[in-house]
Amino acid sequence: MSAVTPSAFGKRERAALLDPILTNNPIGVQVLGICSALAVTTRIDKALVMGAGVILVTMLANLAVSLVRNHTPGSIRIIVQLSIIASLVIVFDQILKATLYELSLELSVFVGLIITNCIVMGRAEGYAMQNPPLASLMDGLGNGLGYALVLFLVALLRELFGAGKVFGFVVLPLAKNGGWYVPNGLMLLAPSGLLIIAGLIWLLRTLKPELQEKD
Amino acid sequence: MSRLDSPRYTFVFAAVMCVVCAALVSVAAVSLAPRQKANARLYMEKNVLVAAGLVKPGQDVSLADVERVFQADITVRLVDFATGRLLPADGANARDYDQRAARADPAASREAPANDAGIKRIASKGIVYFVKKGGQVDQVVISVEGLGMWGTIYGFLALDKDAVTVRGITYYDHRETPGLGGEIGNPAWQAMWKGRKGYDDRGNARITVIKGQAGAPETDPLSVDGLSGATITSNAVTRLMRFWLSESGYGRFLTRFREKKEVL
Repeated sequence: MSAVTPSAFGKRERAALLDPILTNNPIGVQVLGICSALAVTTRIDKALVMGAGVILVTMLANLAVSLVRNHTPGSIRIIVQLSIIASLVIVFDQILKATLYELSLELSVFVGLIITNCIVMGRAEGYAMQNPPLASLMDGLGNGLGYALVLFLVALLRELFGAGKVFGFVVLPLAKNGGWYVPNGLMLLAPSGLLIIAGLIWLLRTLKPELQEKD
Repeated sequence: MSRLDSPRYTFVFAAVMCVVCAALVSVAAVSLAPRQKANARLYMEKNVLVAAGLVKPGQDVSLADVERVFQADITVRLVDFATGRLLPADGANARDYDQRAARADPAASREAPANDAGIKRIASKGIVYFVKKGGQVDQVVISVEGLGMWGTIYGFLALDKDAVTVRGITYYDHRETPGLGGEIGNPAWQAMWKGRKGYDDRGNARITVIKGQAGAPETDPLSVDGLSGATITSNAVTRLMRFWLSESGYGRFLTRFREKKEVL
């Protein structure tokens, strides 16, 4: 293993950043982290704040884990990773309470659950433990972005068809408010998140046949 | 055995890691605390205005907006729960009074009278917001709290100047199940309280969150629509509302206010 030296932004870093956004998307391809993708996607603003939290936490957790990877005793590495992740999540929650207070009241429960998000832990153990800091940082950013992108798409569909709004602005006037659109109540319930994610996975696999398993 | 696997190194590494993480979390918590506190107060006072119908739920309101309304139309006073009398306006600034902190302070609180709202201690003094319209008191807003399904529910109840008719409610802090009991935070459900009566004709606090749908406020003033799938939360709301309207809570003060014995 090489010593901790800052490496330049090369091919590996580029791949670490871009791959998880589409071709190796953590939700769409690896089907990780879908629990929170169901809970926070009824509105776009919630989904974006949650996405920002996961981006920040995966990035910094990957960086920190990578920085200490050559000094971490193997027997306690998982606990070390978890402590780093948990600390970052608490810091993010504190920042949220100081800036977006009302959103934080709704999101705090789910922000706390970023600690157990399979993506964050998975990247720390699966990537950052073996790779230098810059590549790990990019991998965290890429995976966070891949997660946030899917959350955004799911929230866009759910808010639009469930409440007739995009970013809280009325796009489809609801029938009960004098418009014409009768909202699909299912879109506001958790199962619709699963259905939309399944639809996105289907779309991704149709566009990229190499992702399909051979029977 | 490599250096990394020795028990001694493992312990030292774990200890250093803990200190670093603890320092990070502490610095964040301490340095952000003042802003969080300011946000929490703004949020609370905004909810007083929402209960009184001066601000729409979800409306974006700045600190300056709230400050302006408070300066112009709101008088904040403290009431002694035991006697139901307003405390003199001078002395501690009532607006800075933290009823939650007071409840936790043995010197500023007492054991709550027997109740079914899950309230163990209550502060000795309660906050009252007088909402004025054209210089005259138009509404009184009182603070309510009680045990819900997963934690304490905090809210405000705005009463008309008759101290019986509900003008509005908010629940601004609760841990109820999202989508079920959490619907107590839904403005559409909160709007159903408007025009209901906190007391029956004999002056007993009888307002009830029933199972199913209540009639119009004019014909069915003591009932509010229940929340489906949230019986425990619905009952908790009934109990906490009755508690704070009763003589254990703001009841004595509201009676005196109704009889014009307590005026600003």
